Amino acid sequence: MREVDYNIIVDTVARLCTEANYFLGEDVVNAFKQGLEKEESPTSKDILNQLLQNAEIARTEKIPICQDCGYAVVFLELGEDVHVKGNILNAIKDGVKKGYTDGYLRKSILADPIKGKNTGDNTPPIVHTTIVPGDKIKITVAPKGGGSENMSEVKMGKPADGIEGVKEFVLDRVLRSSANPCPPIIVGVGIGGNFEYSAFLAKKALLRDIGQRHPDPFYADVERELLEKINNLGIGPMGLGGRITALDVFIEVYPRHIASFPAAVNINCHAARHKTAII
Amino acid sequence: MSEPIKLKAPVSDEDIMKLKIGDSVLISGIILTGRDAAHKRLYDLASKGEPLPVDIKGQIIYYVGPAPAKPGYVIGPAGPTTSYRMDPYAPLLMELGLKGMIGKGIRSKEVREAMQKYKAVYFSATGGAAALIAKNIKEVKIIAYEDLGPEAIRELTVENFPVIVANDAYGGDLYEEGTKKYRR
Repeated sequence: MREVDYNIIVDTVARLCTEANYFLGEDVVNAFKQGLEKEESPTSKDILNQLLQNAEIARTEKIPICQDCGYAVVFLELGEDVHVKGNILNAIKDGVKKGYTDGYLRKSILADPIKGKNTGDNTPPIVHTTIVPGDKIKITVAPKGGGSENMSEVKMGKPADGIEGVKEFVLDRVLRSSANPCPPIIVGVGIGGNFEYSAFLAKKALLRDIGQRHPDPFYADVERELLEKINNLGIGPMGLGGRITALDVFIEVYPRHIASFPAAVNINCHAARHKTAII
Repeated sequence: MSEPIKLKAPVSDEDIMKLKIGDSVLISGIILTGRDAAHKRLYDLASKGEPLPVDIKGQIIYYVGPAPAKPGYVIGPAGPTTSYRMDPYAPLLMELGLKGMIGKGIRSKEVREAMQKYKAVYFSATGGAAALIAKNIKEVKIIAYEDLGPEAIRELTVENFPVIVANDAYGGDLYEEGTKKYRR
């Protein structure tokens, strides 16, 4: 059994928290640039230019892209032949605390959903753990802002709804979200599984890089079709009207119960943040 | 695009009535900040007819909860938060003299109607452009509700803060008109 030191996990998670918040992915930066070529609205071109400038300032000055530094969502792939001295979940929590405190990131977590009170260090994180073969630990930190999360939804449809029903649900959800989730958005769609698993799939879909299509050509085509239809809604950057409403649409699927047809939409703002490390 | 309009804050009714949806505006002067928790407190006081800890007459309020400032910075990244959460509180504040709101995202019918009734405007700032916007903030002073941390009410001295008029005092709505224009 391979042994990994507690502090290696802490330091890695802390680094991933700050890097995800400071450095916008190259895929998103390139999507802004391509969007500028396609955008027809002068106001929206201004906005895309501001977003490019913003990413550059954040990168060079090592400050967050957005003041909402998110809920720290962590995807953990834990090899079955590796052991962390101490407790790996505590180490991840300590890493989030260190990253958000030392990195001047905003702390946005209330200890109790009704009674409030900020936890002061952006803990606890939300950790999704998968046990995998091997002796490696893969950690992805994906800070998620509140504005876009609030525009997300799970729908328990009827099996008869089929893929057309899913498309309708996604388009309706994006239309109703309008300007609120900070377009241009990235749309994660989970189809199948059950109630909670569809939402997990939609969240996991957001980890893909812009342009990375689903391996199944059927779903890859649906992703392309939805992207085009979303951009034809005319919402545009910040919802002020324009051609670039979404940068991409990602679908993840899972087997479902014969009676159920769950589908989930998890919307991400353009500050699509996720950084990964393998230990 | 036409040249941006320079606006000095706080503002008068006359300043507000000059603004139309789609106008690009650069705000300089003093603005206030406030978001969910601060709005609830202001609203609760105002509903009971009690005095507010800040004078909001002629003011522009920016819906923001900044990130912490790094050493050497006056403020951390400070982009707009989503405005609809302040919709239940905004009409009463406009009745008390609030003239402008800066945020992101669409407003309710009640808020849009109150803007016409009380002569106020709603500006859209670029969500997620927080590091860039912070460059236009020159001074920061906490003036109320320090216990709320990022949600405390601050007085910001801003220079050429870039915004777009999304809803004007004439009932214009750029979200609706802009979307209609580019829909296929």
